[in-house]
Amino acid sequence: MKIVILGGGPAGLYSGLLIKKANPAYDITIIERNAADVTYGWGVVFSDRTLASFQRADNKTYEQITDHFVIWDNIDVYYRNQTISCGGHVISSISRKILLNILQNRCFELGIHLKFSCEINDLDELGDYDLLIAADGLNSIVRKQYESIFKPSLEYGKARYIWLGANKVLDAFTFIFRENEHGLFQVHSYPFNGTTSTFIIECDETSWLKAGLDQADEAQSLAYCQQLLADNLGGATLLSNNSKWISFPMLKTQHWHYKNIVLLGDAIHTAHFSIGSGTKLAMEDAIALSSALEQHANLENALNEYELERKPVVEIFQKAARESQSYFESLKRYMTLDPVQFTFNLLTRSGRITYDDLRLRDRRFGDMVDRWNTNKAISQPNAGHKSVVQTPTIVAPPPIFTTLTLRSVHLPNRIVFSPRSFCAAQNGLPAEAYANQLQNSACSGAGLVETEQVAISAQGRITPDTAGLYLSDHVEAWKCVIEFIHNHTRAKVAIQLNHAGRRGSTRSRTNGLDRSLQEGNWSLFSASSIPYSPSSQVPKEMNRADIDSVRNDFVLATQRAHKAGFDVLQLNFSQGYLLASFISPLTNYREDEYGGDLKHRMRFPLEIFDAVRTAWPQDKPISVTISASDCVKNGFEVDDAVTVAQMLKEHGCDIIAVALGQTTIDSEPAYGRGFLTPFSDKIRNEAGILTMVGGYLTTSDEVNTLIAAGRADLCILDPPQLSDLNWATPAS
Amino acid sequence: MQVGVGLPSTIPGTHGQLIIEWACRADEGPFSSLGVLDRLVYDSYDPLITLGTVAAITHHVNLVTTIIVGPLHNTSLLAKTAASLDALSGGRLVLGLAVGARKEEYYASGVDYLLRGKRLSEQLSSLRSLWEEYHVGPKTTHPSGPELLVGGLSDQSYARMVRYTDGYVHGGGPPRAFARAADKAYAAWSDAGRPGKPQLWAQGYFALGDEIVIKAGYRYLKDYYAFTGPFAERIAAGLLTSPQAVAQFIRGYQDAGCDNLVLFPAVPELAQLDRLAGILHAQGMRRAG
Repeated sequence: MKIVILGGGPAGLYSGLLIKKANPAYDITIIERNAADVTYGWGVVFSDRTLASFQRADNKTYEQITDHFVIWDNIDVYYRNQTISCGGHVISSISRKILLNILQNRCFELGIHLKFSCEINDLDELGDYDLLIAADGLNSIVRKQYESIFKPSLEYGKARYIWLGANKVLDAFTFIFRENEHGLFQVHSYPFNGTTSTFIIECDETSWLKAGLDQADEAQSLAYCQQLLADNLGGATLLSNNSKWISFPMLKTQHWHYKNIVLLGDAIHTAHFSIGSGTKLAMEDAIALSSALEQHANLENALNEYELERKPVVEIFQKAARESQSYFESLKRYMTLDPVQFTFNLLTRSGRITYDDLRLRDRRFGDMVDRWNTNKAISQPNAGHKSVVQTPTIVAPPPIFTTLTLRSVHLPNRIVFSPRSFCAAQNGLPAEAYANQLQNSACSGAGLVETEQVAISAQGRITPDTAGLYLSDHVEAWKCVIEFIHNHTRAKVAIQLNHAGRRGSTRSRTNGLDRSLQEGNWSLFSASSIPYSPSSQVPKEMNRADIDSVRNDFVLATQRAHKAGFDVLQLNFSQGYLLASFISPLTNYREDEYGGDLKHRMRFPLEIFDAVRTAWPQDKPISVTISASDCVKNGFEVDDAVTVAQMLKEHGCDIIAVALGQTTIDSEPAYGRGFLTPFSDKIRNEAGILTMVGGYLTTSDEVNTLIAAGRADLCILDPPQLSDLNWATPAS
Repeated sequence: MQVGVGLPSTIPGTHGQLIIEWACRADEGPFSSLGVLDRLVYDSYDPLITLGTVAAITHHVNLVTTIIVGPLHNTSLLAKTAASLDALSGGRLVLGLAVGARKEEYYASGVDYLLRGKRLSEQLSSLRSLWEEYHVGPKTTHPSGPELLVGGLSDQSYARMVRYTDGYVHGGGPPRAFARAADKAYAAWSDAGRPGKPQLWAQGYFALGDEIVIKAGYRYLKDYYAFTGPFAERIAAGLLTSPQAVAQFIRGYQDAGCDNLVLFPAVPELAQLDRLAGILHAQGMRRAG
């Protein structure tokens, strides 16, 4: 078998030597355009998990590589002039040049033909081969020649970065965050050969332009970075090696092989450098390719096997890399976080490492995070700790068990239970079974218990079973529930006030959503006269009198909620109910002052908010639920949600509850564990307001991670045990 | 979790009599359900006709489609057939629908492939009303009709599930793949404010016996899934070929929150059913109720 490998980087060399080792009779040629001793880049990083597969694949190179490793286990984060360290990560790196030397020597030893300084511009120059392995990097000529078959897609990152070295010995992977008059710069740096370290310096485009780096040559760029990092370098010098400022190219390729041609490494996929996996993925590709060739005599089957094996793995890495990349692109939003929280947030950015993972890796770091969260909780205004001298806590509970104070309401922990019932009420009067469910939820550990949607008027009910707060009977019933909870637990109780709008007058949700009643429908109104689904009742467009009466009903319900003893008022501006129908451009076609741009579409919801805020005691908090996105093209999007959150904050809203979609029947959110978290993160840190989030969180680890990272302040927990409370007997 | 068994009705060349006997024997337990799959352009039996036939000779097992390619069917006729099956079987029908994965079946039945998602949504929305309003008759055992499930891998599938149905049918794979799907289903369910939990159904393939049996099983799966191209190999690799593999598969699905697991045969021999029953008995599994 005659194999030609294009590209003498780690992927090409490693695949060549592995195949040759298993098949000494094969004729293998590796063609590299540069000379043998030319290499760009500095050090490459590996995690310990990769190494096991290297050892199995070829023990000889494994031993040589690991002999040259620099190994460390700390990540240092330099931010706001202080360094916070987290240990236990086990990362190793090697000089790219030494890695290539080791691989080249092994190739020679095994009898592979290596042709250096050989530029190929046309695949015809390659002559005959049984298999062509294209390891010719990001600018692969093989991929370009068969672009219509491989179907690559290339997307450039928003940030600019430059890959430099420094003659400085680092004792940890070091993130450096520095702000100057031009903007924010971040550095990813790590040691690799005992005397030198890699320094990747990254910034957003605005800072880059402001600093004049678009005009700077290599020496000027180097001088700029040298000055920027003078304090961190401590006398060491930054080094350049044909280094340029670039945008990160994210490459994905639909097909990885064609006839007797196969691609691997950077020629088919890239992953942002912040998760340090480019070389690792390329060498793992080589392992998978050589073992697929061993398993299948038929080349087509082998290449299929290779693609099937690697593509899902690479996709997972690319997803994590994409998340990490967008984290660094949206870094500005986190610059208000304190160093401990900032560091925790950074370390958990990709979603693969959680609070529990970090605790396992470094208990001291875990304790520091716990202490920081607790001290933050007790230093909140009105936190009720004023009577004692404030001493920083030394022994602290995990974030989930820290308190949160909203105005004068003290929540004992960060957990919200929001039980869903089969039948909450009759004629608006809360049913006994539902009252039990709420009471049991409070007794089972939540800091805040939240009711289902409670209608402000009979017309505002979603179904005939929706609970209400529009008659004096209702006040008495709720009062009993709340008194029980207050007397027996430390939990607080929130009421979700809602008007169903065009989603009203439907059947119980036991068999589905938004199904009109078979009989006894009541008339509906909405921002505009558009039915929710094709089979839904057509609502009337609200006129002046309707608007006034709804506002009045909200105020009356608020007064009743206070009378009943609720601690927190939560207004629903989400998921296609009445107030949401004003906010979304898809459902508000009004031509009066309540329609048009976002400011006008928010007018009625804000009028309600203001009226309710006035009627609700000043020392009690108000939360508002908003849909972070319509999840429909041309609909309300997350940037609009940030604007809405800012408006609400200015009007005195204390906390935003984050929901998603359902504004129209076409909304199809990407559901999954924690699917609301990115939205909560963005709204919280860009609008600067507390958030409450659910989205199928079931474990304390998820909650601890969210709270400690500053992605949310309260979490709606959905443990499987919660639905068992439906059937539990009343708490006693 | 309940464990059911599939009928060998999509294995080419399976004799009708074998399907009948398979159903009779499965009804004795420990299986909780009998499953069927849907293929149009293939040597296989019609799923609803098959269930209708075995309904007459079974008394205990639920009769479940995991799944039928809904958009290929006229909705009113499907509502009628399903209502009839439900009534004739004493309410044992569980109807799972999805868009399927094969263009050729849409071409063969003259249904627009590009509109499949929209058609399925409309169909799901209509079925329930047709049953509830007693429009096509007969009256179903439960006033809201048989249990309705939806399958499919896209985000839309979960949105459809929560809007129109009682639960989700997973297409197959290792327990961790099911666990991710279950998370999506639970997330959608709780987000929409639906009470209780979605019913989660899942499936797997088994071939128990000597090398010849196992080889025949692989052969069938590679042929049945040939339309998926190279993935057929992967699907075949998931075939459960030992009691240990079956037991671990069941355990994995149970731990991931599955309510009903249907194990489909890859070899049409009654011995397969007996061997599977033996493993379930040894695991202490009994039919509930």
